[in-house]
Amino acid sequence: MLKINQLHKSYKIGDSSLHVLKGIDLSVEEGEMVAIMGSSGSGKSTLLNIIGMLDEADEGEYILDGLPIKNLTEKKAAVYRNKFLGFIFQSFNLINYKNALENVALPLYYQGLKRKERLEKASYHLEKVGLSAWGHHLPKELSGGQKQRVAIARALAANPKLLLADEPTGALDTKTSHEIMAFIQHLNDEGKTILMVTHEEDIANMCKRIVRLRDGIILEDTKVNQVRAEQYV
Amino acid sequence: MLRFLFDRDTWQEVFDSLSKNKLRSILTMVGVWWGILLLIGLLGSARGLENSFNRLFGSFATNSVFVWGQSTGMPFKGFQEGRRVKLSLTDAKKIEDNVEGIEFVLPRSQQSTIITRNFLSGSFQMAGDYPLLDQLQKKKLIHGRFINQNDINDRKKIAVISEDAYKQLFEVDEDPIGKYIEVNGINFKVVGMFETGNVNMGPSTDVHIPFTTFQQIYNRGDEIGWMMITGKPEYNIKQIEEDSKLLLKNLNHIHPDDSRAFGSFNLGKEFAKMTGFLTGMQFLTWFVGIATLIAGVFAIGNILLITVKERTKEIGLRRALGATPFEIKRQIVVEAVFITLVAGLFGIISGGWILIALDHFFGQGDDAAIVNASVSIGVVFAALLILVILGTLIGLIPATKATSIKPIEALREE
Repeated sequence: MLKINQLHKSYKIGDSSLHVLKGIDLSVEEGEMVAIMGSSGSGKSTLLNIIGMLDEADEGEYILDGLPIKNLTEKKAAVYRNKFLGFIFQSFNLINYKNALENVALPLYYQGLKRKERLEKASYHLEKVGLSAWGHHLPKELSGGQKQRVAIARALAANPKLLLADEPTGALDTKTSHEIMAFIQHLNDEGKTILMVTHEEDIANMCKRIVRLRDGIILEDTKVNQVRAEQYV
Repeated sequence: MLRFLFDRDTWQEVFDSLSKNKLRSILTMVGVWWGILLLIGLLGSARGLENSFNRLFGSFATNSVFVWGQSTGMPFKGFQEGRRVKLSLTDAKKIEDNVEGIEFVLPRSQQSTIITRNFLSGSFQMAGDYPLLDQLQKKKLIHGRFINQNDINDRKKIAVISEDAYKQLFEVDEDPIGKYIEVNGINFKVVGMFETGNVNMGPSTDVHIPFTTFQQIYNRGDEIGWMMITGKPEYNIKQIEEDSKLLLKNLNHIHPDDSRAFGSFNLGKEFAKMTGFLTGMQFLTWFVGIATLIAGVFAIGNILLITVKERTKEIGLRRALGATPFEIKRQIVVEAVFITLVAGLFGIISGGWILIALDHFFGQGDDAAIVNASVSIGVVFAALLILVILGTLIGLIPATKATSIKPIEALREE
């Protein structure tokens, strides 16, 4: 599904350069649920961004679903992002002047779907996250958990191969976090491959595999017994 | 691209982002609206002033010079200085034949005289004129007609009087046409009455009678009071004045350097001063108008830049969701053009209102300061087009900036 070989990345900060990723090897199979952990500055977000084609590696190989991701034009990257990847962000990143339904439909707009088709699909996904009654509400009228569910619905709308979550529970309280995690686990049960960055141990333990990063290298890569989030809800 | 423009979704996006960001949309629109409004207001008033100017002077052949005889200032060919110079019909004829660029030479004679009618009388300026006068200084006839060639040929005793003269010589509401007025014991039949104009070029005349009649009753013979020389439009009236004077000096045995022998009033020269002023004003109008437009464009650019900065996160997100840089740019440019166009149209409409208001308050009546204040629709749309094009170009700057930020950086920005 996803294969990374000797990935390097450094950022220029003024005159000096900061070597963030120092040779990452990672491969993720279909249906896995992987947590990437590490303290801040360990390079976990950078890794996720490169996997998400939001950023480019300096060196190394990145193959997504058999497709080498290298020297993409912005246009091509945009098409791939739309087709293969769904994003879930810590701060939800909903467009504040669009209602929930329109937010979910946005990736479909960039897929070039007709309006009617788009809204049909979007309301299907919104129903899946249990918010069909909230479709016409603006993000500011929704609670944090609801917003993240809208964001998840949006990530799912384009039916991506890989779901990337950047601290999906970072802005939520424990109870809501568990709800969201239960939801994400449910998606994984259905077969979605999920990659998430987190620094919370209990959240990481709700995944099936934990990859620990420190100073730009993989420190540890272990399979764990998944803790089901439902029990806390 | 064309399909994109007719796509409902495109406009949905534009309306969404414009209506959900009302303040900045309105601010941008005010900038453009004000620019167009000012341009139209300025151009319209300038045109109005020009029109009023043309209305005042339009009835005159402006490329003209009046020449009359005075007394010589230098002795010449045995004549002493201080000799009265008298112009004659022959002089007029010679000028018409010999000076280059002459359109007409109109001889006139004028005399102050007492005119009586029944028990009313008054002192008036009476002139002997040719029908041509009506062509060079348009008379606004209220009743009847002006002098015609028959009157000249037959030395008819007819008169065309001014409204002022009518008021002094006739009873209220009396029809002057066909009535007789008495000049020097001779009865003249009134055939026409004209309105006293606002602007008089040369001495004002209350009563016009046929030139030939005038010459006869005053025993003037060949001698004329003064002449009005009109040049063809493409000729310089100053040159014509000099040439004519030199010829007149030659004909009348006057020293070529004698500057006192002839008096003249060059209408063309005075007119040129006025038109120069008008040209200057027009230039100023355009300058201010274009500067305002540019300011408007910068207002759009500026606000778009802020907008894009405000929406960096949104743009980053859209790109994460699969929007290509082209799609983002296109969206921003369409927004810019749309907002400019709508604001521009509002500007045109309200500019039109301003011109209507100007016309209402300053454009009524004969002595209006502003006549028919208007802007040609071509100029308006050219201005709008320029605004849209510049708006697009300037919208491209923030759009390019927006897409040059990596989506991830955009998303990080809090």
